Amino acid sequence: MRDTCKNGLIGAALLMAVGTSAWAAGPVGPNDVKFEDATVKASLTGQPGDAAAGRKAFADKKLGNCLACHKNSEMSEQLFHGEVGTPLDGVADRWKPEELRAIVVNSKQVFGPDTVMPGFYTLEVGTHVAKNFQGQTILTAQQVEDIVAYLGTLKE
Amino acid sequence: MKLKSILPVALGALAIGFGASDLRAEPVDDKLIIDGEKEMITRTKAPEGHPFDEVLSGWLFRTPETRAMEADSFQNPAMLYVERGAEIWNTVDGAAGKSCASCHGDAAESMKNVGAHYPKWNAAAGKPYNIELQVNDCRAKNMQAEPYKFDHADQKALVTFIKHQSLGTPMGIDLSQGEMKSWWEKGKDLYYTRTGQLNLACASCHEANAGKYIRADHLSQGNVNGFPTYRLKQANMVSLHNRFRGCIRDTRAEQPKAFSDELMALEVYVTWRGTGLSIETPAVRQ
Ligand code: HEC
Ligand code: HEC
Ligand code: HEC
Repeated sequence: MRDTCKNGLIGAALLMAVGTSAWAAGPVGPNDVKFEDATVKASLTGQPGDAAAGRKAFADKKLGNCLACHKNSEMSEQLFHGEVGTPLDGVADRWKPEELRAIVVNSKQVFGPDTVMPGFYTLEVGTHVAKNFQGQTILTAQQVEDIVAYLGTLKE
Repeated sequence: MKLKSILPVALGALAIGFGASDLRAEPVDDKLIIDGEKEMITRTKAPEGHPFDEVLSGWLFRTPETRAMEADSFQNPAMLYVERGAEIWNTVDGAAGKSCASCHGDAAESMKNVGAHYPKWNAAAGKPYNIELQVNDCRAKNMQAEPYKFDHADQKALVTFIKHQSLGTPMGIDLSQGEMKSWWEKGKDLYYTRTGQLNLACASCHEANAGKYIRADHLSQGNVNGFPTYRLKQANMVSLHNRFRGCIRDTRAEQPKAFSDELMALEVYVTWRGTGLSIETPAVRQ
């Protein structure tokens, strides 16, 4: 009984974390995302992203925290934009949506293994992941779609 | 600093963190002279085999206000902890009825330049010792007193006091003793190992991106020559292993325990990376 409970819990945790592919209509799991020539063609959720929600997730320190490394003039109300990554002004003029999706899901698939940009929807992560983050992606599939939709608005 | 003269202080801070790219990109060209008398080595040629040509103190990456605070020992809030350390040095503790001074006398002489050459191989323990471990050894063996728990206020004050006796002395450790070289190797491996959900190594921030801003923080080379440092954010002294643990936590990884083999190996390697920089203890950081 105890074991079943425990397994049940772990199972549930995994389902939540992975945003499972076991549910027919659910989002694609992080291990099942298909990269083709450094692009991810289809929406991870089958749904279009919400750019307004994406704008929030982009800035949220616990979610995208993209401003830690990227300057983004469209968000000039936020103080302190980092400069570790490329400024994202006009990023939609440089990359197609399916390329932006690939960058956010797992930047290493696009920029190579040496990039310092974290992968936001991948389980290929560093060693000794803290317990409360194990088996989890930084963003959910929908948050990735939302951020991709928001990036799509950054044109010059 | 042109900006500062035309803007109120709060806006000045904003401008430094944001937008004013001429001010923010590089470490400053400035000299650290404590109380107008004692010049610190804040940049020096890197030792052989180092990834950089030049080794830079974290002081060069801080704001003008923070730099000024460290340069003036009356303004430096950490000098209170040096005084507290001197008090502890002279206070009897433990069953043997001794103080540090009972055996070591005047720290200005007995501890002069000692801290600049730690970590040091400790043959009896079979591993490198930092000042914290050495002090705990003396407390246990020589004073019959309880070793300090990690980051006990007295541990930080005493270590700050001891390191301060090396103010200005170039850091340099002896890798030829015991197995120091293999600990250095292990520390180097750890320095380049990406950890946590964010998948970042020490080198991702302090080597690949030194000199750049990560959000509001100006990334330095991550040198250890100022430790324990006074952090304005915490309004308190921060020990080296506390800083290491904080940086590791920020990658969303499990934090190794203070004084664990992992963190001692890192301390050996990272201390070597700062070879030749003056001990600045107690340094002031953001
Ligand atoms: C730890 C730093 C870091 C974080 C956090 C980060 N990035 Fe990046 N990003 C980079 C770096 C560095 C590059 C440059 C690519 C390379 O490594 O060569 C980059 C490149 C990019 C690019 C390509 C830009 C171009 O014009 O070429 C996009 C798009 C991007 N990041 C989006 C994001 C988004 C969205 C987030 C938040 C969900 C984010 N990044 C978070 C470091 C980061
Ligand atoms: C009973 C005498 C005694 C007392 C009391 C004592 N020590 Fe020591 N200490 C020694 C001896 C002997 C050594 C050198 C041999 C060794 O490593 O144990 C030493 C070594 C040291 C060293 C390393 C010096 C070097 O050159 O590497 C430091 C630092 C130190 N002690 C600090 C302290 C502090 C701080 C206290 C008080 C908390 C203290 N000691 C109390 C006897 C003492
Ligand atoms: C995500 C980026 C990041 C990573 C990864 C990181 N650090 Fe840091 N570290 C910082 C920031 C930001 C600071 C404060 C500003 C500065 O001095 O760079 C800092 C400060 C330090 C300092 C204090 C420097 C001083 O002058 O007082 C040391 C030492 C340090 N880090 C060591 C390490 C070590 C060792 C690792 C790997 C275990 C590491 N850091 C990983 C971001 C990082």
